[in-house]
Amino acid sequence: MKNQNQKLNKRRDFLKSLCFLFPSLLGVGVFFILPFGVVVYYSLIDGPATRNFVFLENFVKLFQNSAFRLAAKNTLSFSLMAVPLAVVLAVALALMLEARIPMKSEFRTFFLSPMMVPVASVVLIWQVVFNYNGTFNELLLLFGRDKIDWLQSDYAQIVVLLLFLWKNLGYNMILFMAGLANIPKELLEVADVEGASEAYKFFSIKLRYLSPTVLFVTILSLINSFKVFREVYLLAGSYPYDPLYTLQHFMNNTFGSMDYQKLSAAAVIMAIVMVVIIALLFKAEDWFGKDVEG
Amino acid sequence: MKKKHYFGRGVMFILCAVFALMFLLPTVLTITNSFMAESEIVSNYGMIFSTTTGGYVSKTVNLKFIPDKVTLDQYVTGLIKSPEYLIKYWNSILLVLPIVIFQVAIASVAAYSFTRWRGKIRSGIFFFYVILMLMPYQVTLVPNYLVSQWLGLINTRWSIILPGIFAPFSVFLLTKFMRRIPYSLIEAAKVDGAGEWQIFTRVCLPQCRSAIFSIAILVFIDYWNMVEQPLVLLKDADSQPLSVFLSSINSGEIGLAFAMATVYMIPSLLIFLYGEAYLVEGIANSGSVKG
Repeated sequence: MKNQNQKLNKRRDFLKSLCFLFPSLLGVGVFFILPFGVVVYYSLIDGPATRNFVFLENFVKLFQNSAFRLAAKNTLSFSLMAVPLAVVLAVALALMLEARIPMKSEFRTFFLSPMMVPVASVVLIWQVVFNYNGTFNELLLLFGRDKIDWLQSDYAQIVVLLLFLWKNLGYNMILFMAGLANIPKELLEVADVEGASEAYKFFSIKLRYLSPTVLFVTILSLINSFKVFREVYLLAGSYPYDPLYTLQHFMNNTFGSMDYQKLSAAAVIMAIVMVVIIALLFKAEDWFGKDVEG
Repeated sequence: MKKKHYFGRGVMFILCAVFALMFLLPTVLTITNSFMAESEIVSNYGMIFSTTTGGYVSKTVNLKFIPDKVTLDQYVTGLIKSPEYLIKYWNSILLVLPIVIFQVAIASVAAYSFTRWRGKIRSGIFFFYVILMLMPYQVTLVPNYLVSQWLGLINTRWSIILPGIFAPFSVFLLTKFMRRIPYSLIEAAKVDGAGEWQIFTRVCLPQCRSAIFSIAILVFIDYWNMVEQPLVLLKDADSQPLSVFLSSINSGEIGLAFAMATVYMIPSLLIFLYGEAYLVEGIANSGSVKG
């Protein structure tokens, strides 16, 4: 009797929880899961009319596509530059704000403010500074160097990188500040009493406790670096100079030609890459988490 | 020993000040330049943005901090004389407001479910939400496009609003906040005979007020800044939000572009002014993928 009651209760709980979850689940199902299933299907057939299974042919074609390869290479090289900088500089900012300096809270506000400014609003300044006739080149001339057309050169990614860092460092810094605040105070006090150097305190105590945050910020920055299309598009448009051609450019231009097979294959590849990255994150968070607790 | 400490702090302060300057300058310059007369803009930046209006163009580019003559002409042009900018602005508002309101509303109900009941299926679903949340546009835009096509929503606001409403970001963050509400509060309400809906509205939501603010701010900034979705889903130039349209004003009316760029920043800067504490709290709590 009691057993049956418990079972009934459990079932009722399950139904209740489903009621609360239903609106969200329905939307996610209709707008994300269901169509993504279709995307996977599209990536495996030869065309919406003929519908023959071709398995990996679309993926092979995708990897042979020079535009896709260029976009993948650019996105990768940008991420390799942007992610380490976004992590290291944010740690530096957080540590600086930890020190006893005046105007700390004002500095935090200043560092965070770019996050609130729409990219579209500040690209004008970037264009003025990095144009062939722009401010930065004026400075170069002053030092007797040649002018560079920044957005049309091999340095184009650096211009975008500056915008990326400007926009994202504040968010990362807040994450690190929260991480630093979680370090047990006693530990640092003991280190102080025993006369440990700042470097020792940083590498042996702070960094150890920050490691889960470092990991999280790394993943977050990696994901954000995949979204840098926004900055590039607003600075240089749909058809930028080669080094700035990102995966999202490839997708947008493929949307123009309505090539569903190509689009779907690219989306599936990206999804797989992301799932692998996220799985690594979870594994690493587990591992580091244990390390600190133990 | 003490002297050395002061020296270190001084260096730190100067470093911070230099960084702060770099972080503030682009925003401040955009704002100050928006008060510059069109003729001054042409003379300062004529070399960069090819202008058709003619007039004196300086050989070198002057990135100027303070305009020679302060004028509101561009604002008058952009906000009163030519309604197209106001229409784009209105487009932005019409896209972003429903997303913020309904995403947070639907998410708070879903987060309650994830908080109150746990089980293998539900934590599986939650895990899936996290993965979906981390997917870039390269993955989610193709499915969104397909659904919009099936439902005949391409080129309408709904093609952006509907997927936006169900984006899992708020669900994830709100769940993390709600799980911190002491269980005894919920238990006490239950003993008093409150139903689940009552517990949700009377106990849970009031506890989450600041969390809801901070999440609404984060969602707002994200969508106020959107570019990818309108580019793919709204082909009609008239229905584009200002965040996309701003980049197409560049040639010719550069003074106007500065003014509109400034106007576009105002809502998010105001939110920042009043809600910085919430924003910081929201970010700090997003700091781990696990619930």
